[in-house]
Amino acid sequence: MRLDERYINAVMIAGLLALPLYALAVDEPFTITLVTRAVILALAAVGLNIILGIGGMVSFGHAAFFGLGGYAMGILAYHAQTYTALDLGFISFEGTKSMPLIWLVAMVVSAIAALFIGVLSLRTSGVYFIMITLAFGQMFYYFAISWAQYGGEDGLSIYIRNDFPGLNTLEPIQFFGICFVILCAVLLLKARLQASPFGLALNAARQSAARVQTVGMSPMRLRLLAFVLSGAITGLAGALYADLNRFVSPAMFSWQLSGELIVLIIIGGVGRLMGPVIGACIFVALEHFLGGLTEFWHIYLGLILLGIVLFGRGGLLGYLTGKEGAHV
Amino acid sequence: MSEPVLATQNLVKSFGALKATDDVSIDLRLGEIHAVIGPNGAGKSTLISQISGGLRPDAGRVFLDGRDVSHLGTEARARAGLGRTFQISALCMEDSVLENAVLGAMGAEGAAWRFWRAALKTGALVERAEEALERVGLADERETRCANLSHGQRRQLEVAVALTLAPKAFVMDEPMAGLGAGGSKRLTGFLDGLREQAPILLVEHDMDAVFALADRISVLVYGKVIATGTTDEIRASREVREAYLGEDA
Amino acid sequence: MSTILIIEQVLNGLQFGVMLFLMAAGLTLIFGVMGLINLAHGSLYMVGAFAAAAVAGLTGSFFLGLVAALAAAALAGAVIEIAVIRRLYDAPHLDQVLATFALILIFSEGTRWLFGSFPLFLDIPDALSGPVTLPGGIEYPLYRLALICIGLAVALGLWGLIERTRIGVQIRAGENDREMIAALGIDISKLYTLVFALGAALAGLAGALVGAIQSVQVGMGEPVLILAFVVIVIGGIGSIRGAFIGALLVGLTDTLAGVFLPELFKLFMETGAAQKSGSALASMGIYILMGLVLIWRPTGLFGARA
Repeated sequence: MRLDERYINAVMIAGLLALPLYALAVDEPFTITLVTRAVILALAAVGLNIILGIGGMVSFGHAAFFGLGGYAMGILAYHAQTYTALDLGFISFEGTKSMPLIWLVAMVVSAIAALFIGVLSLRTSGVYFIMITLAFGQMFYYFAISWAQYGGEDGLSIYIRNDFPGLNTLEPIQFFGICFVILCAVLLLKARLQASPFGLALNAARQSAARVQTVGMSPMRLRLLAFVLSGAITGLAGALYADLNRFVSPAMFSWQLSGELIVLIIIGGVGRLMGPVIGACIFVALEHFLGGLTEFWHIYLGLILLGIVLFGRGGLLGYLTGKEGAHV
Repeated sequence: MSEPVLATQNLVKSFGALKATDDVSIDLRLGEIHAVIGPNGAGKSTLISQISGGLRPDAGRVFLDGRDVSHLGTEARARAGLGRTFQISALCMEDSVLENAVLGAMGAEGAAWRFWRAALKTGALVERAEEALERVGLADERETRCANLSHGQRRQLEVAVALTLAPKAFVMDEPMAGLGAGGSKRLTGFLDGLREQAPILLVEHDMDAVFALADRISVLVYGKVIATGTTDEIRASREVREAYLGEDA
Repeated sequence: MSTILIIEQVLNGLQFGVMLFLMAAGLTLIFGVMGLINLAHGSLYMVGAFAAAAVAGLTGSFFLGLVAALAAAALAGAVIEIAVIRRLYDAPHLDQVLATFALILIFSEGTRWLFGSFPLFLDIPDALSGPVTLPGGIEYPLYRLALICIGLAVALGLWGLIERTRIGVQIRAGENDREMIAALGIDISKLYTLVFALGAALAGLAGALVGAIQSVQVGMGEPVLILAFVVIVIGGIGSIRGAFIGALLVGLTDTLAGVFLPELFKLFMETGAAQKSGSALASMGIYILMGLVLIWRPTGLFGARA
């Protein structure tokens, strides 16, 4: 029997909310943290899926934005916790521990970086685009390593999780709630975006750039805006991820992370709203359970991935709904 | 005689030693169908690309509605009122017929930068798209995925998308290509009525269609326009017979 | 700043560059002929290094280690080509990226499982250890000089292979027209396996040669792979000549920027700050170079014009 995608989506969201509540009831805070991790990775992947699923752009450098968001949080909180001034030349202030402000900075910084990377890499397409985004991601990785002021290779630890007005973020369930609400908001945004004229045009630019031009729109501009938006969302996820771990390091910029974000989407199903969410849950579950069984669980991840690519297009959602996802 | 809607002025384009377009000046006037014919390799596609903005000429200019559009790219020329169809259908194969037409309507209404309301629930866009589909006879196929359309239906959709743009001039690259006799005849009938809305620069291999439709014909051989005239003048021209029709016969 | 230091650093840059060329040549060849982007190329580099370290450790012979590296990498290349890669030639780039990413995971964890997480060491052979005095009185490590020579020799050999031999004609024909080459009666799947194994062997050779001056460990291949991508983007996809020029540019830029940018910054900054900002900027040097090339020529220096 094939299932309606909307039905699966609703079950998915309900399950995502129910599991941590159950964990709270039986007092298993670690499970809450695990689900929070899945939610944040899903958020990063939803960001990536705007360009991958709708626009067909295979960015292998999205860790750049994830890391920038993380470092935005790390640097602001570091200055706040050490009472040192963050001197930007034209302005100097003492950092902040306020999440909304940190999120704003994370998104703006990531969006600006995405604008630069996008302007350069979108001049090309296909394999060039993949290699260039990968290279720019690596550039941030090396920069973070050599940036001794903020911990270099060792990264930065933040002692206390940042604040959100009216909530106690130190409670795992409350922090989960924040991340969950943000994910739902971004999913709604993505759903609206995909059906909107902009989404239709972006999707058309993937299938036939010449067609889009002929009706008077610029594929480059459509893609660039999508890229910037995508970078900003992934940057926001990075800031949350850093807050979850209370730690940032160059590993947030690593190419493996870029690869894993793509993998999340593929496991769930490309071009589908909930694909990244399902993918992130499966990924975190695999990591937790397989990782508990064997130190070499990445081998199995690799084999699963190979199997999906060679034999099963459409990901899990494609299998469940009996429809293949959008091909890229 | 009215001001031409679309005109090229001394267009030149070379690829290495090959002159694909050699000093081409043609124009398209209100209410007419102007056909460009010529043997394979005569430079018809290169000419179309230069008119629609995909290819930069080495020299010469393109005017649309009296305005010099030579420096504009494809998108800007489309916005300025150029409605182009492709020889090989350039449609969004995964999307429905209606979505393809709505894309055109979005271009016409400058609606690409709207992010919230669903495109298919935006009345103005859908009405415009459906009207175009209705005119080419694809209204019943609005929900069909483009990939599942027949070849002929895709050709119709190509024209429908151009229609949604309500252009000042159409540039059609072999709209009859691959159509059977019946389909060709139907499209000929449709284009015949379309010239009243906007003039058509028609590149076509189907000579029956060309001689049935064209008010004027230009003959392109080796990148050069060797003759321009009414169908009768072209039929009577010895130069054309020698250079082109003779080869076909 | 002495001339000797400059010459030394230029030589270091050249050495780095020719090793990058070995990686980039295989990648660009595989892309040019088969249209495939192979992320697992870094794994083949790692396979070469591990094979060399293991065999040299067992036999005590660096030379046997090199032979093992070539053989192991070529074999690994042929096996993955037959088992996985050939199903991907007509697949979208996303599938190629994912499948070869999966191969990285399998190779990396497999190697960790076999050899453990600790680095292995591969010693420079006695005959090539120690410094050599160059004209002008510059002392330079003989082994690094040998790497430059080997790299240049391979580049020359590759050029000869592609321009002057039957197989080269087939490779060039394959780049232009797959159907035509099949029509000529050439067994295209054999040719593809061969080209892939050749690229793999070059990567394995680079891994073994570099393994002797760095440590041999899991994950060593990917940073080099990404640099090789930068090389290809600069040089133009599918062009061996582009890969060569690009590799030397990247090798020299990275090495020289790392040494000279901090020095340059010291002219107008205090030493500590200059060291920090200089090396931070230097770490971005080649990516800035790549960005500039992209602005100037989006398809690379020797790429086909779009």
